[in-house]
Amino acid sequence: MIVPFSHVLFLALVLFLLGAVCAVARRNLVMILIGVEIMLNAAGLVFVGASLHWEHLEGQAFVIFILTLAAAEVAVGLALIISSHRRTGSVNADRYNLLKG
Amino acid sequence: MNLYAAIFYLLAVILLVSTTVAITRRDAIHAVVYLMISFIATGLIFYLLGAPFLALLEILIYAGAIMVLFLFIVMMLRLTPSRRTGRDALSQWAPAAVLGGLSLILAAVIISADPATGPALKTLTAGPRELAQFLFQKYWFPVEIASFLLLIALVGALFLGRQEKKEPKTPRPEGL
Repeated sequence: MIVPFSHVLFLALVLFLLGAVCAVARRNLVMILIGVEIMLNAAGLVFVGASLHWEHLEGQAFVIFILTLAAAEVAVGLALIISSHRRTGSVNADRYNLLKG
Repeated sequence: MNLYAAIFYLLAVILLVSTTVAITRRDAIHAVVYLMISFIATGLIFYLLGAPFLALLEILIYAGAIMVLFLFIVMMLRLTPSRRTGRDALSQWAPAAVLGGLSLILAAVIISADPATGPALKTLTAGPRELAQFLFQKYWFPVEIASFLLLIALVGALFLGRQEKKEPKTPRPEGL
């Protein structure tokens, strides 16, 4: 392994935190979905690093499933964004307050 | 610290900087472009960690398909503010150009390297053949489930994206 496994883990941790901050703090629905994509990407990075560290192929096999999951999630998520934009004319999550008492 | 470790840390810096810039942009198109650079850097890190096929898939699916889908949606919904000044366009795109060019140069360095002294050890690099054999021998059932998941996502996206005829034309002022 060219770098210590802990460095890969640390990189993935920072990347995951960036994605979580983006998913929680932004109000634009597209940016929330982008944050989820960043988090999935960080998870894939951990899997590839672990696959090399323990010399098992399971990690790389799992990254393929993560890719599938990300593709399905982004397709449904963007369709949801289009649907809600068509209903309300906005993609700002703060505007969806019809149920607010 | 050899050359490949240095390349790894450089790629890590590119990854973190481009992701940080991406999540702080107000304009969604800028965020998508920086995220594309971030995913290309991730693919190169995958290549360095002994997964060339996954690096290819990462660049094809993440940086290619998913990000273009995002770009398509952002342009279709006209989310981007319409202020456009030609003067600072260059300074706006300069960081993206620098990060993207840097990652392309690193990609050229990695790909053109001698395979004998390649990134990971030769026995640890899993090419497409090994990965596919492993996947379809041990994990054939999850592969089928994943294909079923893609089918369900396709049907769901079609269902959500169709035009509703009975809805009133004018959007309601607020609320879902």
